[in-house]
Amino acid sequence: MTVAVPESALDAPLEIAGRVFRSRLMVGTGKYRSNQEMVAALEASGAEIVTVAVRRVNLDRRVEEGILHHLSPERYFLLANTAGCYSADEAIRYARLAREAGFNEFVKLEVIGDRETLLPDVDGLLEATRQLVREGFKVLAYTNDDLVTALRLEEAGAAAVMPLASPIGSGLGLLNPYGIRTIKRRLSVPVIVDAGVGTASDACVTMEQGVDGILMNTALAEARDSAGMARAMRLAVDAGRAAFLAGRMPRREIAVPSSPNLGMLE
Amino acid sequence: MSALAITVNGEPRSVAGPATLDDLLQHLGLDSRVVVVEHNRRIVRRPALGVTQLADGDAVEVVHFVGGG
Repeated sequence: MTVAVPESALDAPLEIAGRVFRSRLMVGTGKYRSNQEMVAALEASGAEIVTVAVRRVNLDRRVEEGILHHLSPERYFLLANTAGCYSADEAIRYARLAREAGFNEFVKLEVIGDRETLLPDVDGLLEATRQLVREGFKVLAYTNDDLVTALRLEEAGAAAVMPLASPIGSGLGLLNPYGIRTIKRRLSVPVIVDAGVGTASDACVTMEQGVDGILMNTALAEARDSAGMARAMRLAVDAGRAAFLAGRMPRREIAVPSSPNLGMLE
Repeated sequence: MSALAITVNGEPRSVAGPATLDDLLQHLGLDSRVVVVEHNRRIVRRPALGVTQLADGDAVEVVHFVGGG
């Protein structure tokens, strides 16, 4: 006999800035080989929040490049990013433009400090967070795995903090589980790991740290089968979350037998 | 009628004046519902596009959402 355990009994839904989301997996929309593959991957991921970037319209358009021709804003929660911005002023400008598109007041704030690693500029990030919060934005701040920066972002009013697993587009997986765990333990706002997850095991082990969700893009876009990987990621996020909630066994440096020592034959 | 020398998305353009931002979008074949317009570094809300006049030397940015992570 199987006993059905309702999902709701196991976990509360993810809530960011008073808004409730049903999926803990968020996905980006960049770098897919085609829009059809992107849409199929989004569907398979079960994601509700999808990220988009703000860019100039190509004035001599031969192909329609706007993402809204492929994504329904009724179906997905569009989270605009400030990717590619290297100063607080630039990121603030992009955030304002994104909000004017009229979908929501959320922004995934990136202020990049280094072109090779795409690691964040912490000073610029804090400055932009403070200003955007003053303007009523719900700021989801992309940051590194440093606790003190995460605490400062929370103090600055960030709606969620998004530490990296490893550099953007690297697929190196979770490099600092201790750092991510510590950030999650110390912050009250949601912690969403953003960037670096390469495959399903990375997603699972990341969720096992207790974080509230994961945002990924390249792991899906560059998989041989994007929709297949999206499905794997959905399962891995669910599995990692369930394992975290279930509470893992302690790690031991010695073996402990699983079968009784008593009752062995003479 | 006079030609206005403006910059759109970093490119020099000449448009017949007088012209509003709405006229410019129509001229470029763009749907105002899926773009956001910045005029001399100030965002212009959609209802104001039809009443904002272009002037010689203006800088216009027209942006939209594209795929990103």
